[in-house]
Amino acid sequence: MADHVSPAEGVPTTAYSELHRDREAQRMRPKMEVRNLYFWYGDKLALKDISLQILPNEVTAFIGPSGCGKSTLLRCLNRMNELIPNTRLEGTVLLDGRDIYRAMDPVVVRRRVGMVFQKPNPFPKSIYQNVAWGARINGYRGDMDELVERCLRLAALWDEVKDRLHDNAYGLSGGQQQRLCIARALAVEPEVLLMDEPASALDPIATAKLEETILELKKSYTIVIVTHNMHQASRISDTTAFFYMGELIEMNRTDELFTRPREKRTEDYITGRFG
Amino acid sequence: MTEVQQAVVARFDLRLERRRRLGQILAVILFLATVFGLLVLTALLVEVIREGTPWLDWQFLTSYPSRKPEAAGIKSAIVGSFWLMVLTAMFAVPVGVGAAIYLEEYAPRGWFLRLIQLNIANLAGIPSVIYGILGLGLFVRFFALGRSLLAGALTMSLLVLPIIVISTQEALRAVPQGIRESAYALGATRWQVVSSHLLPIAAPGILTGIILALSRAVGETAPLVMIGALTFVAFLPANLLDPFTVLPIQIFNWTARPQEDFRALAAAAIIVLMVFLFLMNLSAILLRNYYERHRPH
Amino acid sequence: MREGTGERVRWHRQGFPDLTPEANLSRGPRERLIQVLLGLCALVTVCTTLGIAAILIGESVAFFRQVSLAEFLGDTRWTPQFAEQHFGIWPLLAGTLMITVIAALVAIPIGLAAAIYISQYAPDRVRRWLKPSLELLAGVPTVVYGYFALTFVTPLLQRVLPQMQVYNALSAGIVVGIMIIPMVASLSEDALRAVPRSLAEGAYALGATKYEVVLRVVVPAALSGIMASFILALSRAIGETMIVTLAAGATPRLTLNPLESIQTMTAYIVQVSLGDTPQGTVVYQSLFAVGLVLFILTLGMNLLANRIILRFKETY
Repeated sequence: MADHVSPAEGVPTTAYSELHRDREAQRMRPKMEVRNLYFWYGDKLALKDISLQILPNEVTAFIGPSGCGKSTLLRCLNRMNELIPNTRLEGTVLLDGRDIYRAMDPVVVRRRVGMVFQKPNPFPKSIYQNVAWGARINGYRGDMDELVERCLRLAALWDEVKDRLHDNAYGLSGGQQQRLCIARALAVEPEVLLMDEPASALDPIATAKLEETILELKKSYTIVIVTHNMHQASRISDTTAFFYMGELIEMNRTDELFTRPREKRTEDYITGRFG
Repeated sequence: MTEVQQAVVARFDLRLERRRRLGQILAVILFLATVFGLLVLTALLVEVIREGTPWLDWQFLTSYPSRKPEAAGIKSAIVGSFWLMVLTAMFAVPVGVGAAIYLEEYAPRGWFLRLIQLNIANLAGIPSVIYGILGLGLFVRFFALGRSLLAGALTMSLLVLPIIVISTQEALRAVPQGIRESAYALGATRWQVVSSHLLPIAAPGILTGIILALSRAVGETAPLVMIGALTFVAFLPANLLDPFTVLPIQIFNWTARPQEDFRALAAAAIIVLMVFLFLMNLSAILLRNYYERHRPH
Repeated sequence: MREGTGERVRWHRQGFPDLTPEANLSRGPRERLIQVLLGLCALVTVCTTLGIAAILIGESVAFFRQVSLAEFLGDTRWTPQFAEQHFGIWPLLAGTLMITVIAALVAIPIGLAAAIYISQYAPDRVRRWLKPSLELLAGVPTVVYGYFALTFVTPLLQRVLPQMQVYNALSAGIVVGIMIIPMVASLSEDALRAVPRSLAEGAYALGATKYEVVLRVVVPAALSGIMASFILALSRAIGETMIVTLAAGATPRLTLNPLESIQTMTAYIVQVSLGDTPQGTVVYQSLFAVGLVLFILTLGMNLLANRIILRFKETY
């Protein structure tokens, strides 16, 4: 394989181990790709011809006024849309180049592409059980205690709950519950983490903590976050996509999009003229 | 697959095939269990029809009970059931609907209302034979109505009252608050709001509850056994204080006899009762489906 | 200040809705009368409960003047018709209990399975058709079930169990169970439906399959409501009268053999009222004492179920 990489591209292949080269290739290739996606609720067209790429180890933000289709698109990325009756999808969504709708099982897709919801939705079980549940049903072979601790640490919740792991999760505050839901999602070791307005039910302090967590998670995961808070998008995302009425209007590096929007509608939205 | 992914896969044993198969097995079991009830219903109907149809003729419908099976009929039972239903409706509907209106629209919220609600919920769960004891003690003996049609109808009214109250309350609760507010805003009194706005809108729901309550009254046996509805009535009740019999009592009596022919008569009477109840239930279900589709939002 | 007051008065005159319960109550004697009449209607429900309690307690007091509470709760024989009368409630309680246990074994798994199927699996079209069908099952009069137990279920079971008596606890219990299936199914379905969608979605997002979501998230989350449905249905089984009167027999005895004839509390009550037992005798009064036990049992179970339902409503 090494022979096929041309030195002319300026990549000193000999200096890279097999693994490094693999990672480099990953970095160039999009983690997920959406091609010509259409989505209908009944007769109502909700997404119109969406094509975009999501790069690995980045935070991608979807912004736009409510009803613009950003949450719908998010749910199409791990086939959660299929749980809503009377919906229809056309187009392609790729995960590492594989078609998640035609070439993969939805259960596998959702294991690899995790999701955190708008409102914290822990199970009515203990904190420990919440984290362990997904790993257990997916046949996790390792040390469960270790996994629970690692995920709670990643979600920056460990220090707050380590003494009451077996208390009911409903006793936690809203912000803690949301971080528990992140820990729960991490426990099945997904590659992509989808977040649907994860801070909308939280107070400013909990939101700040959550954003820190997201920046930390970016190192090992690919993150897509839906938000209607433009400040949040500009603070934490690398790439931002702006949606309006079911269409992708503009997608660019976040600093570019917020400082030099190419589209009039994007500019109107980010300067607060509508939305 | 990248190495990182391979490492992840190594830590998880997804066993997708097994999980999918378990899911399919479960779905089949659940479906079969759901259908079981319907199979029983079918078996019951087939058995009753097979046994009873040969006996079901005009003579059966128009004769009084008799010691000879071939001469026996259910005329007095049909008429008794009919009058019992009419009288029960006359007592229970106004009181039940009135109580529900009071509880929903008039009663001050508080512990007393909660207590009454709890009481009604519990009344709905009291065994019907206990209502029979109440009827025996209160109407037959205390009010000295004897083992009469009136005592039976009053007992039955108390039995179905909670059903009517609860379903009327639900129907009233489903009326949007905005309708009340706008009517009050026009200066209507409470009763004007209730009678000209709430009741017409809630009527289909209330009617459904009434039909279900009355079909319960028509099918009940135990309370009437308790107050002593007779099983051998060779005349029609001429006034409220006459003795009476009803279809379920007649069925009970014939089923309890050891002779095959009387059991077959019971089956024939069951067909008549079930056809009647089926029509009542069907109208209630249709009414409710209509109501749910046209519910104001 | 005076101006402000005038403003407020005018506000009221314009008929701005004051929706406190006391508002709009009294406008003339007619409104007042209607309110009183409606209140009396509500009072009837309270009087029903008081009437039941008064009659049961009143006659039971007379009963316990002749039969000691120690005998009632201590003796293991119930032989009111014999020359040597015994009034130990245990045989009747045991008969009731056996019917209830058999009914529970039938109704709980089947009713819960039906509830899960209807609420989680059935496509809309099927559900619209299934629910009314189950309701028809609930609408069958108990005397018809009694006929069915005696003339269909018992002969059917006798083919497999020839030693079974014509009147026996097994077929009566099974049919009582069938009778309460719709109750378990519909109340459990309500509980399952009350589980927020977001919980199921959270589980799906972790890569769970449907049966894992249903059995390990939705059902556990609805457990208290499901429990309440069991309790209510079993309280119904305890109070069931016609099926057991027709099919379970009239032999009060302490037995664990479901193939024998037994007698439940309800069947005893019916038996006494069918006979020509004169008022005022101890046998006649025993009907009320048994009724009181039945009332306390079912009331206790209903209150418990109500408590559970109220608590689980607060959870979400």
